[in-house]
Amino acid sequence: MTAGVDLSPKAQAIGSDEDVVRVRQLVRTVAVAVKLSLVDQTKLVTAASELARNTLIYGGGGNAEVTVVDDGRRRGVRIVFADSGPGIPDLDLALTDGYTTGGGLGLGLSGARRLVDEFIVETAAGKGTRVTVTKWSR
Amino acid sequence: MERVPVLKIGDILLVSIQIDMSDQTALALQEDLAERIVEIGAHGVVIDITALDIVDSFVGRMLSTIASISKVLDAETVVVGMRPAVAITLVELGLSLNGIRTALNVERGMKLIAASRENDLGHDEEVKDPEPGQAATSA
Repeated sequence: MTAGVDLSPKAQAIGSDEDVVRVRQLVRTVAVAVKLSLVDQTKLVTAASELARNTLIYGGGGNAEVTVVDDGRRRGVRIVFADSGPGIPDLDLALTDGYTTGGGLGLGLSGARRLVDEFIVETAAGKGTRVTVTKWSR
Repeated sequence: MERVPVLKIGDILLVSIQIDMSDQTALALQEDLAERIVEIGAHGVVIDITALDIVDSFVGRMLSTIASISKVLDAETVVVGMRPAVAITLVELGLSLNGIRTALNVERGMKLIAASRENDLGHDEEVKDPEPGQAATSA
């Protein structure tokens, strides 16, 4: 089933606009490789796009690591977005639809959460932010 | 930075987005369109997103902004060719694309613009340009 498909973890630095595009492309490749449905691929790539942009704009850049995960019953794609930026002072507020400090629509973090199966944010003031998302195949 | 070409068909501008746009490319398209609308006196803009795998909040906002800008410039925007998976994702993301008209494909989008143009002109359809006489009386 995995013949010919490289499922090793992959990393992508996020330092520019073009890197956000590269993250999208990387996530799509892996999502296709683990055979997520088209809708799930689309949701995961969209969430990754939002989170990579957050890493760039709010975190001042960072990186994304894409891993294939397996819980024994099904496979999935896990992406960790990490930056060493200022951190998120009020996470509940940041997860509210429409809240933004960056002039966007305020749907990045809250919207991305709705598009994935698992969503974890670890953040500390002055130390950066780490967002881990997972989408499982059905 | 890549640029998305803007084509002119009569008084309609057609944009078919064929690349995975960076945010800068999306912003450039927004500005290019505003300029071209004025330059050719366009009455409609058709944006074909058939080739787009995803529409995230940035591109969604770009589409809404283009629709608002073109409205102010007397042109109507129709977004065509959205994939079902993209539509499902957009709704879940929380993006409503307010103010954007949509059609299934380019042909229907162009018809939609033509039809709403006729509606706007209404019974004044004979009057293509303001008559010099009218301008004088209103002055």
